[in-house]
Amino acid sequence: MPRDLRIWLGGGFILFLIVVAIFAPLLAPFDPLEQDLMAATAAPGVEPGHWLGTDSLGRDVLSRLIYGTRIALTVAFVAATLACLLGTTLGLLAGYYRGWVDAGVSRLVDIWMAFPPVLLSILLVAVLGAGLTSVIIAIVVIDWTRFARVVRAETLQQARLEYAEAASALGMGRGAILLREVLPNVLPVVLVLLSLEMGIAVIVEAILSFVGLSVSTDAPTWGGMIAEGRQIIYQAWWVLVFPLASLFLTVLAFNQLGDGLRQWLDPMLKR
Amino acid sequence: MPLSIIISRALSALVTLLGVMVVVFVLVRVVPGDPIAMMIAPGATEADIAALRAHYGLDLSIWQQFWIWFGQVLQGNLGTSISMKQGVLTIIGQRLPATLELAIFALTMAVVWGGLIALVSTAWRGTWVERAIDNFNGVMLAVPDFIWALTFVLVLGVLVPLLPISGRSDPSIDAGLATQFYIIEGLARGNFAFVWDVLKHMLLPACALAFPLAAVIGRVLKNTMMDVMVQDYITLARIKGLSSIRILLQEALRNAAVPALALTGVQFTFLIGGTVITERIFSYPGIGNLAIDAVINRDLPLIQGLVLTFGIIFIIVNMLVDALTVWLNPRLRHA
Amino acid sequence: MSPVIDIRNLSARTAVSPILRGVSLSVNAGEVMALVGESGAGKSTIAKAVLGILPAGIRVTAGNILFEGADLLTLPPAKLRDLLGVRIALIPQDPLTSLNPARRIGDQLTDGLRLRAGLTRKQALDKALDLLNDVHIREPERVLKRYPHELSGGMRQRVLIAQAFSLKPHVIIADEPTTALDVTVQKQVLRLIRDMQREHGTTLLFVTHDLGVVAQICDRMTVLYGGKVLEEGATADILANPQSAYTKALLAASPRYDKPEQSLKPVPEALIAELKREIGA
Repeated sequence: MPRDLRIWLGGGFILFLIVVAIFAPLLAPFDPLEQDLMAATAAPGVEPGHWLGTDSLGRDVLSRLIYGTRIALTVAFVAATLACLLGTTLGLLAGYYRGWVDAGVSRLVDIWMAFPPVLLSILLVAVLGAGLTSVIIAIVVIDWTRFARVVRAETLQQARLEYAEAASALGMGRGAILLREVLPNVLPVVLVLLSLEMGIAVIVEAILSFVGLSVSTDAPTWGGMIAEGRQIIYQAWWVLVFPLASLFLTVLAFNQLGDGLRQWLDPMLKR
Repeated sequence: MPLSIIISRALSALVTLLGVMVVVFVLVRVVPGDPIAMMIAPGATEADIAALRAHYGLDLSIWQQFWIWFGQVLQGNLGTSISMKQGVLTIIGQRLPATLELAIFALTMAVVWGGLIALVSTAWRGTWVERAIDNFNGVMLAVPDFIWALTFVLVLGVLVPLLPISGRSDPSIDAGLATQFYIIEGLARGNFAFVWDVLKHMLLPACALAFPLAAVIGRVLKNTMMDVMVQDYITLARIKGLSSIRILLQEALRNAAVPALALTGVQFTFLIGGTVITERIFSYPGIGNLAIDAVINRDLPLIQGLVLTFGIIFIIVNMLVDALTVWLNPRLRHA
Repeated sequence: MSPVIDIRNLSARTAVSPILRGVSLSVNAGEVMALVGESGAGKSTIAKAVLGILPAGIRVTAGNILFEGADLLTLPPAKLRDLLGVRIALIPQDPLTSLNPARRIGDQLTDGLRLRAGLTRKQALDKALDLLNDVHIREPERVLKRYPHELSGGMRQRVLIAQAFSLKPHVIIADEPTTALDVTVQKQVLRLIRDMQREHGTTLLFVTHDLGVVAQICDRMTVLYGGKVLEEGATADILANPQSAYTKALLAASPRYDKPEQSLKPVPEALIAELKREIGA
């Protein structure tokens, strides 16, 4: 049982968010899309029932915040996992088979890393058309390199260790060695990266929403709320503050979870 | 470093750059939304549209277009911007200095701040000070430039308006500069009031960019310093009776900086990438802000030119990091 | 005449086991005293305790280390720092790791001269040239500009010897200074240390596991086992007439270059068992 507080706090907050996302219809006091122009840009608590205030169209901030959790978490889990799968696979192949496989993957990673990630994601979503799927694809396409680099380095090291050679001497096929011997030892690093990547995915979605390229502007996303909040910051600062704070706490939670996992899995990492 | 390694690295970088060019070229031409459609005046005929398309070479096949563009780039011609009607090279040339000054300002702050974190944490190792700094740094590591930027806008721009949150300088001040390097030329001309104004405008976006890098430097350098401090030559330095500060700065830091340099270089390229969104948030007139508009406007030549620019910057940064590593590590000089 | 170093009843332990069990020994001015023992006997620990560089896991539980009247164990850190380098110096074991790879030889050699003796950079470099000549390094001007990785192991150790003697300390601790060197170089370096010691009249505390080394340059020797002193006295006396069974066994186990045909006898198990009982391990 991990005793590291960060795992519990980080993981706990994520669980809390999952609960909020699942039970959003029950928790949200208002319909997130419902406009009430009479109660527009009301400060927190001014209008009855609107605990966190309303935006320029009179929509309830708290409800939109709650529903925004769904998008944030969907992107976090789906995009990060897919990026992880893609990057880890390529990293394993590159690190284990080396030769031209490694050369090819490494060159690909170099090219990818020569792009500013935000610019590339904006470009990709512009190409693919706005929408959640595009956002997820964009994140996967951009961030797989993060996993590939680390997994490749780990695999290169692991494959040289005795147990891999021993397995080879026992006649295990290379593919089998890769899956049964090397992969389990690379897994701890991958898990830590996965947690961090989820935090990054949430940020990327927020940035894309901010630039207007994620889901439609009507749908409640934290990034969209932040974009609007930035516009009307002098009139209604609360529209920016609450989604920004939620974003911050979510990213922090994923990071602390990742840090805690790294510490906890360290004895396994140390060879 | 032997010449052969330098040359092979340069060639490798060029191959990467070529890859970047191909990728962006193909990517940009898959963009739905006809850039020409945005440019035509109402009432244009089919012939006009076709002529415009031909003018921009959009009627040829992708490979033909690429060869033409590639040839042009080698001659220094980056084409004409569809949305801004000016030469791409000119436009980029006008906005690049702003981003460069911002990035370098941010880099300097990050190195100083991150270095201090690492050194203080090492100097007080084993005490609560170290734990506090490391924990604080850990939290800072989690916060991306996007969040810093918005927080600064909120807190220091609106709630407690201390600093400007848009633009590069007060539009009412005309410093009559020849170049776009406001700081460098401003200092050279001795116009300190202007430089001060520019710095005030740069401070918030630069901090937003610098803090994540500072956190990374803080952690990585701290780790390498701790590795170095247990080495035999540090023990001998202590036995020679050298002071703790001298040991930290003169004996340990040079050895600790080298392994930290590679990761710092990578993070710095992320910082440059971060200018895209940070400039947008602060309405700062650099190439990052320009890039977002270029994508929204489907301005193909401008997008290509900007991606090429970023790619070249990244490659130069990597080369500088390599050179710095060799300079700091005497063993590599005689490889 | 009171001894330069007077260690009284020194005891130290880690969290799990004792390292030193009431060690007492004293070294007089100008003497070369050997600390002999196998790995784990505690000789390095004694040296580190004198220099104040005991690792974090080892604690001194009793005893004093008197150096010219002051107890090194209770000195405030600032005063200890004043002594180190100037009155007490070290010739370390591993010349490869004991020199800073990022600094030139000249800079490292002149640290003490500039910072503690107050010489200017130029004066210090001139003195460094003399020092390098003293340790028989050829082309000293070029060596000053070099980095450690450009020198051979033997040259690096000579530099470290020069560094140790540079401020003319009263005491030098040599921590197995030839162990990391090639056999062919060991003898030269030993002779160098002995010559410089004689010339400066420095008191030398020589940590080693090699009885051959002891025979070559040490006036007196202290035999350690399991953190306890088994035997102590003039080298010539002990080697000719060892009192402790352990010392006898050590001698029998040491290769004799003058009698190469003599076979080596390992220290008998029974003896070790008895020694362990003796020291109460």
